[in-house]
Amino acid sequence: MTESAILQKRSLAELFSRLIAAGHRLLAPVRRDQQVGFEPVSSPQEVATDWVQTTRPAKSVVFPRYEEILRYRFAGKDVEVEEPRPSAPSTVLFGVRPCDAASFAVLKAVFTWDSPDVYFEPKLAATTIIGLSCTKADPYCFCTSVGGGPGDTRGSDILLTPLDDERYLAEILTERGRMIAELAPGLFTPADAVSKERVLAQVPARFNGQDLAARLGRLFDRTEIWLEQSLRCLGCGACAFVCPTCSCFDIQDERDRQGGLRLRCWDSCGFSLFTLHASGHNPRSVQSERWRQRVMHKFSYQPERLGLLGCVGCGRCSRACPVDMNLAEHVQSLAEISG
Amino acid sequence: MQQLHSKARQLLESGAVKVVIGYARGSDPQRARPCFVRRPDQADQLIWDDRCQQNLATYLLKPEVKSLGKPAVVVGLPGLRTILQYAAENQLADQAVLALTVSDHDQVAELTTFDAIEKYLATRPSGLIPEQAEELARLARLPPEQRWAFWSAELARCVKCYACRAACPLCYCARCIVEVNQPQWIPVASDPLGNLEWNIVRAMHLAGRCVDCGSCAQACPENIRIDLLNRVLAQEVEAQFGARPGLSVRKDYALATFRPDDKEDFIR
Amino acid sequence: MSRPNPYVPYRMRIAKVTEEAPGVKTFRLEFADPEQGQNFTFKAGQFGEYSVYGEGECTFCIASPPTRRGYIECTFRQAGRVTSALADRDEGDLIGFRGPYGNTFPIEQWEGKKLLFIAGGIALPPMRCVIWNVLDLRDRYGDVTIIYGARTVADLVYKHELAEWGTRSDVRLYVTVDPGGETPDWKGRVGFVPTILEQVAPSAENTIAIVCGPPIMIKLTMPVLGKLGFSPELIYTTLENRMKCGVGKCGRCNVGKYFVCKDGPVFTLAQLNQLPPEY
Repeated sequence: MTESAILQKRSLAELFSRLIAAGHRLLAPVRRDQQVGFEPVSSPQEVATDWVQTTRPAKSVVFPRYEEILRYRFAGKDVEVEEPRPSAPSTVLFGVRPCDAASFAVLKAVFTWDSPDVYFEPKLAATTIIGLSCTKADPYCFCTSVGGGPGDTRGSDILLTPLDDERYLAEILTERGRMIAELAPGLFTPADAVSKERVLAQVPARFNGQDLAARLGRLFDRTEIWLEQSLRCLGCGACAFVCPTCSCFDIQDERDRQGGLRLRCWDSCGFSLFTLHASGHNPRSVQSERWRQRVMHKFSYQPERLGLLGCVGCGRCSRACPVDMNLAEHVQSLAEISG
Repeated sequence: MQQLHSKARQLLESGAVKVVIGYARGSDPQRARPCFVRRPDQADQLIWDDRCQQNLATYLLKPEVKSLGKPAVVVGLPGLRTILQYAAENQLADQAVLALTVSDHDQVAELTTFDAIEKYLATRPSGLIPEQAEELARLARLPPEQRWAFWSAELARCVKCYACRAACPLCYCARCIVEVNQPQWIPVASDPLGNLEWNIVRAMHLAGRCVDCGSCAQACPENIRIDLLNRVLAQEVEAQFGARPGLSVRKDYALATFRPDDKEDFIR
Repeated sequence: MSRPNPYVPYRMRIAKVTEEAPGVKTFRLEFADPEQGQNFTFKAGQFGEYSVYGEGECTFCIASPPTRRGYIECTFRQAGRVTSALADRDEGDLIGFRGPYGNTFPIEQWEGKKLLFIAGGIALPPMRCVIWNVLDLRDRYGDVTIIYGARTVADLVYKHELAEWGTRSDVRLYVTVDPGGETPDWKGRVGFVPTILEQVAPSAENTIAIVCGPPIMIKLTMPVLGKLGFSPELIYTTLENRMKCGVGKCGRCNVGKYFVCKDGPVFTLAQLNQLPPEY
């Protein structure tokens, strides 16, 4: 049951110190040169202002770039194996855009279906999300094409919407959000129905992502489309690594003479090595096939299998791509062709 | 832009080339994107200005682009240097590519042979501009611990996406060193040591070959100044061996050619 | 049988190493913890991730049948980093095993039917599991025909078992080598597996076909089976694919909406025809 409240912007300092005093690690968007990224903060002054989206998503809070699965030591014919006790410090993410807040559901679906993930689950359980609605968008945003929106509440524990220079509308959406608000109850003054629509950014939908899932399969064999779209693609991993919902990973052993670590680290279906067999056979040997896989996986296979789109429309892939492979543009084109 | 459009149109109409690799407008007013113009009536999408930063010469070795047929490519000076370096490394045959370069006042020069490119480059400045030289000098003036701290911090941000490698025209190895796992020379995970190893090895593999196009730093989603690493090594190679890559097709790559009079004063 | 942490392997001791063919070995693995060994169950067709700590993991089917408890066997060819490290291991060494993963051959549904096994080269191991499973429960099944081929005589795997199957009266075994792969004293057939299949021409009536081999062999065998009257729903195969986690999370074996590690590796030809050709 959602509660609505007003939070004064000047109260943030108090809220932050209560959060930290309660033992939470507080991460918020911080500006460094041209980039904005999630970093530990202790005061609102450190938080970036006037930004549309961070360069990196916050997914490394629950799915780090690399993490230890286990460690081992060689002992003659034997190997001593130690399972780590995955640490999950209680973390509050402040200033998470609605698209990113929705991305955690996708990661959760991938990591927790069918079998437990002892590395991911504790981290997700320890993370609280204070979302921040968007009053501005840029040409790369396309949340409204994939079932989201600039004021969407999915995934946030508390969603803040800046109503004006002084006040946030605070929608307290979950039990966890309530617990945060209760750390500083005086700061949240109950509010009646306050409309946030008038301050939200305008993000015209470019295609209907939900609708597309069923139709994309028909385009699988249209090699010329995939080839044309991916002609300029360089096959780097930038899109996958800045994407909040990309979760493909590699498992690598690193060792020295005494022993070593088994690590889980980020990977991308865009790399040619991803599907390469030891025999030399590669099911996706050309970039156009890998581009197709990226699109199909996010917009067709994941919806079919997990019941949700694998893309939240944050636009990071398109901002980061060195050659301007604009995902929304490509998918819109596919929607038109398959329509 | 007029000259560029009409030149491209003419080349496609006459069949002299099958594709013009150039830049078109990108997703927002600050960006340009690579485009592959195959029809004369599409020549108008070509642009040339400050937004055109990625080195398009890298597409000359991409199989899907090669199969389109003989290309013309719209390049600046770094792109021209890339073509000559490709020639020096036996990656391109003479006259396999037509280089279109836009000089001052929108004049389009059509350079059809390696020789023509060499002569054109000889009339243009090469090497670092003063701001770039000062940037390197500032780094060099830092005491070693501070310089090490700077690079450790910069490279800790690397996520091992290999965008630098993908964007770099001289990184064209069919099987990159990171893709060798017997042994795993470069760790896969983006831990600080692995990041250092990757970026240093890549810079070493480019020493004496890098044409300073800056595409690597452009492509990096973390905005890491990896181009500085390459520039430092380029300075070093030039100081030791007098070589500046991409200015001629002579196949005497500094780090693979031994001359009896090579300076060896780095051996102490 | 799922473990609290699917990424942590069982501790396995190499109990026996058999050299099958040049570059091909079989390991018999016993659980270092006997209780785990007693409790461990799996079904024919399933695979595991075998670890060499410090080098990595690789994916092989479980080549021994589920009817034999307390140990598992795997057969592999030395091809890359991990298999080379495995090939270096000796009896008594400790390695890791995660599994059993994947789906299974529905052998309960095959009871009363005739079975036609067709395998090539290093693809006999996944087949061997189900062959022994069937032979260990022989009276539940009809005729059993096995057609197996390799490039040369030396490349045939499970040579002792082939000899054993050849002497059984309740198994029809045809072993072949590629033309030029025969030795002077070779008594078996000579010819590619699809060719031998055409010669043997087994009846499709009440028969299930199980095919496993390199892509080229599969490609040429399927039409022959079609000509013999086998319908795609009754032809089974097991797919090889690059895998890492084995539990449907890392994305590597994703083909269409399927994960080969979860929805496979056993597929009927009818199912394969639905998959995008990315395997």
